[in-house]
Amino acid sequence: MSVLVYTESENGDFKKTAFEVASYAKGIADMMGTSVTAVAVNGGDASALGNYGVEKVLNIKNDSLTAFNAAAYAKSIAQAAKAEDAKVVVVSQSANAKYLAPLLSIELEAGYASNVVALPESVAPFKVKRTAFTNKAFNNTEITTAIKIVGLGKNAYGLKESTGAATTEEFNPEVGDLGVTVQSVDKATDKVSIADAEVVVSAGRGLKGPENWGMIEEMADILGAATACSKPVSDLGWRPHGEHVGQTGKPVAANLYIAIGISGAIQHLAGINASKIKVVINNDPEAPFFKAADYGMVGDAFEIVPQLNEKLKAFKAANN
Amino acid sequence: MKILVCISHVPDTTSKINFTEGDTKFDTAGVQFVINPNDEFGLTRAMWFKEKQGASVDVVNVGGPETEPTLRKALAIGADTAIRINTPALDGYQVAKEIAKVVQDEGYDLVIAGRESIDYNGGMVPGMLAGLIDANFVNTCISLDIDGTTVTATREIDGGKETVATSLPLVIGGQKGLVEESDLRIPNMRGIMMARKKPLNVVEATGATTETVSASFEKPAPKGAVKLVDSVDELIDLLHNEAKAI
Ligand SMILES: Cc1cc2nc3c(=O)[nH]c(=O)nc-3n(C[C@H](O)[C@H](O)[C@H](O)COP(=O)(O)OP(=O)(O)OC[C@H]3O[C@@H](n4cnc5c(N)ncnc54)[C@H](O)[C@@H]3O)c2cc1C
Repeated sequence: MSVLVYTESENGDFKKTAFEVASYAKGIADMMGTSVTAVAVNGGDASALGNYGVEKVLNIKNDSLTAFNAAAYAKSIAQAAKAEDAKVVVVSQSANAKYLAPLLSIELEAGYASNVVALPESVAPFKVKRTAFTNKAFNNTEITTAIKIVGLGKNAYGLKESTGAATTEEFNPEVGDLGVTVQSVDKATDKVSIADAEVVVSAGRGLKGPENWGMIEEMADILGAATACSKPVSDLGWRPHGEHVGQTGKPVAANLYIAIGISGAIQHLAGINASKIKVVINNDPEAPFFKAADYGMVGDAFEIVPQLNEKLKAFKAANN
Repeated sequence: MKILVCISHVPDTTSKINFTEGDTKFDTAGVQFVINPNDEFGLTRAMWFKEKQGASVDVVNVGGPETEPTLRKALAIGADTAIRINTPALDGYQVAKEIAKVVQDEGYDLVIAGRESIDYNGGMVPGMLAGLIDANFVNTCISLDIDGTTVTATREIDGGKETVATSLPLVIGGQKGLVEESDLRIPNMRGIMMARKKPLNVVEATGATTETVSASFEKPAPKGAVKLVDSVDELIDLLHNEAKAI
């Protein structure tokens, strides 16, 4: 018996979500009195996973899986789960993990709870807390199947180091037909993606035009942040669609979300509720975003943002 | 090509979220229900296939009679037939299993679902359905072209997008991008009149079981009031020392 965790990597390096799901899986394993096995596809140095509670890594080295393939990855993880007699499988909620998890659920006849935000309240019965209604509520869900799949929300649990070493074994699953093949990938490699970002700097129609985004990009640069925007901004073509945050856009679960010149309409808030600290800069003291914010400054973005950038630069220089 | 569009009947985003029966049931009082936004993009793309390439478009919902106005709206937008599988939707697996039966009985080539519903945001039904009927699956799909049985699709990934090749039969989890928002269809008077004459077939459920049980709901703890600051120095200090966010 074990808890199995799917640890994602890119070009052989484990992603931060891999350490987060490993930490969480260790928490469940402790509750169940068992250990954590990780399954990695073309993963690199596994010792780092040991620091987050993983005892054994099943590494799948397979050239046909270099590009992500949901069906083949799901089949592989299912075989690893069976080989390890896993009772719980933990995945992240990255775009790829959300893609493969329902397929894995069918492979394993395992109930799946997505967007989980905490360790189970109990493991028998297996009850987890997940977000619902675009983060306006939580749902306590019991998974009733023999094997359970948990999709852990980003930044929901954090990293928990533990001492230990992970051993690595090669694992060679039968991957089957790929069904879907990747032809091309279009990814801005020099920019932090909204999904991976710890900090997101976002701006709205209050910025008046695309020519004013220089100061937003500068702030993102200083903070190592991703840039984002409200829907009208992307509809107007001021910013690319991939930056649009909200109900019809991307969800953001960052540690820090800075919203500049965004009113805070409910459809926008639906996308950012899972973020931890929210800062709002808006010249309208009645802007609804202030009700959702932790910190706020009432004033003109064109005055505040350049000042803030200068001070942040100095702060970063002094604290690095 | 036979297309089935899955329609989830969800509370409008601006709805107040409340619970009843000791926080075990969603309170529908005063709540306006709409077609799930992700499904609306899928339905409009399906209409495009119908008009440009020749296809039949049916819509399906798993739910009680209360979801019929939402299905009628889908008919008014242009779907040919609506199917309501007569059972409450209990979890992603049960819904996927009920829809799988219809897909297998009727032999659809393409099933378009939304990447998630905005009620439980589960993101389960499309993938589970694909797994159950052994069809290809593309999630977070933002563009879809079909030539015979050859499919080219683009999907959103973290930090970008990728283009994939696949074939029918296919299930997609779609979202904004499948069509532009400005191209979304809104029912017009003629559509609404025609929808009254179109078939809305109620089929009995197979009684598929669930894999999860919703035990209870909670609301997040009320948020403290915003801390308003007057200077950027103060803001940086609070973000560093109090929030530990920088
Ligand atoms: C079905 C549906 C789905 C939607 N989905 C989304 C979604 O996913 N994401 C989304 O963002 N929106 C969405 N919307 C739109 C949403 O309702 C709002 O219209 C939108 O979020 C407003 O964007 P904004 O705040 O940038 O613009 P505005 O509403 O124009 O607000 C601009 C803000 O900037 C402030 N401002 C102006 N000048 C300055 C200045 N010099 N300095 C500081 N502040 C200034 C103003 O006081 C105002 O608060 C959706 C709407 C619908 C109906």
